[in-house]
This record gives sequence, C-alpha cells and structure tokens, in this order.
Amino acid sequence: MKTKDLAYIALFAAITAVLGLVPAVQVGPVPITAQTLGVMLAGSILGARRGFLSQALFLVLVAIGLPLLASGAGGLAVFAGPTAGYLVSWPIAAFVVGLLTERFWSRYNLAWGVLANVVGGIVVIYLIGVPVLAAVANLSPKAAIVSGAVPFLIGDTIKAVVAAAIAVQVRRSYPVIERPQRAVAQL
Amino acid sequence: MTLALYVPRASVVHRLPAGAKLLALAALSVLVFAVPTWPVVCGALATVLLVGLVAARLPAATLLRQARAVLWWLVGLFVLHWLLSDALTGAVTVLRLLALVLAAAVVTATTRVTEMVAVVERILRPLEGLGIRPARIGLVIAMTLRFIPLIAERADRIREAQAARGGSLRGLRALTTAVVPLLVQVLQLAHTVSEALDARGADDVPVRRGPRAA
Repeated sequence: MKTKDLAYIALFAAITAVLGLVPAVQVGPVPITAQTLGVMLAGSILGARRGFLSQALFLVLVAIGLPLLASGAGGLAVFAGPTAGYLVSWPIAAFVVGLLTERFWSRYNLAWGVLANVVGGIVVIYLIGVPVLAAVANLSPKAAIVSGAVPFLIGDTIKAVVAAAIAVQVRRSYPVIERPQRAVAQL
Repeated sequence: MTLALYVPRASVVHRLPAGAKLLALAALSVLVFAVPTWPVVCGALATVLLVGLVAARLPAATLLRQARAVLWWLVGLFVLHWLLSDALTGAVTVLRLLALVLAAAVVTATTRVTEMVAVVERILRPLEGLGIRPARIGLVIAMTLRFIPLIAERADRIREAQAARGGSLRGLRALTTAVVPLLVQVLQLAHTVSEALDARGADDVPVRRGPRAA
C-alpha cells in the first residue's frame, strides 16, 4: 500500500465525517443521515480494498472518542447502542460497493453505479444492521424491519442515485480505481 | 471545533491504562447480555454511575448528553416491550442498554485519544503479516483530522466562487457545479500530500508522527 493510498483512505474517512455535519433526521431508533452517502462514495470512487479501509478508519476514529457521527455522537457508546450494526456494516458495505464497481468499471455508468450502490450500500447495511437492532433491542424480526429498514428506503435510494451520479463524473475527470493516464496532480 | 469527548480530570479512572478500561467495558457487556436479570442490570448501572460520577469525577452533564442521545429510543423501546410482552422485560432491556452506553461514555471521557491510538496500534499488531502496518495508523489518523476542516474550507471556497459568478447551488445541477469539482480538488490534494510525505521518506520508514502541516 503506497502513501497515496493512505492519503485517499484518510480523505474518504474525512468525507464521511464531514457528511456528519449535515443535520440528521431522527425517525424512530435509527437516524437518517447523509453519512451513508460517504460509504457509497468511498466504495465507488476508491474501490473495494481502499473503500473498506477508509470506512474502517472512520469507525476507529469514532471509537477512540471523536464526535464524528451525525449530531455529534461518538465514542465507544455508539457501539453499545441499537445502531451498532449499521455502523459496523459500513466498511463491509463500502467493500461490496467497491467490488461491484471494479467489476463494472469498463462500462461503468449511472445504471451500473446505482446497482452497485443499492446492493452494497443498502442491502448489505440492512442485512447487518437490522438483525443487530433486533438482538440489542429485543425486538421481533418484523418490528425490527418496520423500525430499522422501511423508513430509510426512499432516502437511501436517493443517496444511491446521487452517489452513482457523482462517481460517474469523477470517473471521467479523475479516475482513482484505474491508474490515471496523465499526471494529474497539478495544484 | 473541539474534536474530542475527553474530559480532563485527575482521577484513578483517568490514570488506569486504556487497555484495562476497554477490557472492563467488554466484560460488562458480556455480563449484562449473559445474565439479563434485575439485580445484575441494576447493579451494573449503579456501578457505572459510581465509577463515572464519584471515582472519575466526571460532570453529570457529560453522561447526560450521551444518555439524551438514546433517550427517545429507550422510551419507545420500553413502550413497545410493554405492549408486546411485559413491562419488566422492557425495563431490563432498557436499563441494560443505558448501562452499556454510559459505561462506554465513561471510558471515552476518561481516556485520551492518543492512548486509544496506542491501543489500536497494539490490537492491530498481530495483523502485521497481512500487510497492515500498525505504526502508520497514527499517520493516517493525523491526515484524516487535517482533511476534515480542509474539505469544509474547500467547499466554502467553491460556494463563494459560484456565487461570484451568479450561480446558485440548488438542485441537481449542484452535483456538477460544486460536488464533483470539490471531490476532484480534494483527491488531487490527497495525492499532493502523499507525494510530499514520500519526498520526506514516508514510504520506507514506519512513520510515527503525523505531518506537521498539509
């Protein structure tokens, strides 16, 4: 892993943190935040490996006591709370988004991007987040799905489309997954 | 922006090694999930409050803030359990969660970020064989903390530039006119920072210190 990769990893951890400044909307137990947009962007711009590491790094920063989650939450407390599963799923989600994006890379467009983001950034997150919510909160599977998945579907779908639209344009002007053809670092 | 939940105090709890506090936290969570009964859960909550407020002398506001974050969720959960099963199960579930959240808040408030970083490096050491270099964790964390205000600053600059040209940042067009340029700018910036680090030898020596300025 080169220093450049470390810098990209740090950058996307920071991007997820900055998206936490967007106010969260509290709907039942799990807040709607802009931060999963950062998860999708990390996967679809950096690819699987670096996307995974960037979101894992973000969680490490939260765990060691920085208030980087939406609404200024942070510290180990969030990993004991009902939303722990959603948080822990972020690196895995970024990995799956990245894996699919790399697979689609040569013909990547909005549709493929949305597909990758929906599978990795929505399905994976729910598959991990909802069972943990049910276990931690002693909820029936049905109650967990109603309170932990249904209210987020619309917002998450919008985020998947927005992230794909951004990734398509970034791929055109500054592709990170493929090695850039020209020297681009002229600031 | 103050970037830490650490609350400085001169107390026994603050002086305990970070690893010990994390182990105690893990043990507590195993205990309250393995034995979810009244006396255990109430005992755990009382112990956490004693350690946090009396032994560590944390201000009650610190713990209240963390409790408030999950308050409505806990109330809703209690009502749900009351309706579906019985109030007792609901109370035990809610108090158990409250005890864990507060315990984690006590550990976070009494442990410096640098100590936590050291623990993370120690935990990751067995993974060295997989190509992970724990010593670089500090460097990456320092970079992230520098990038956070930097991204916000770049975003402001782009917003001002667009406003000066009479453009607005509303709706889908903002993606093309603001978000994509911002991302490309910060990606280039990250690349430049990495070149600067390489020029100072970051790629061959395990680096322990962060960059002094980006």
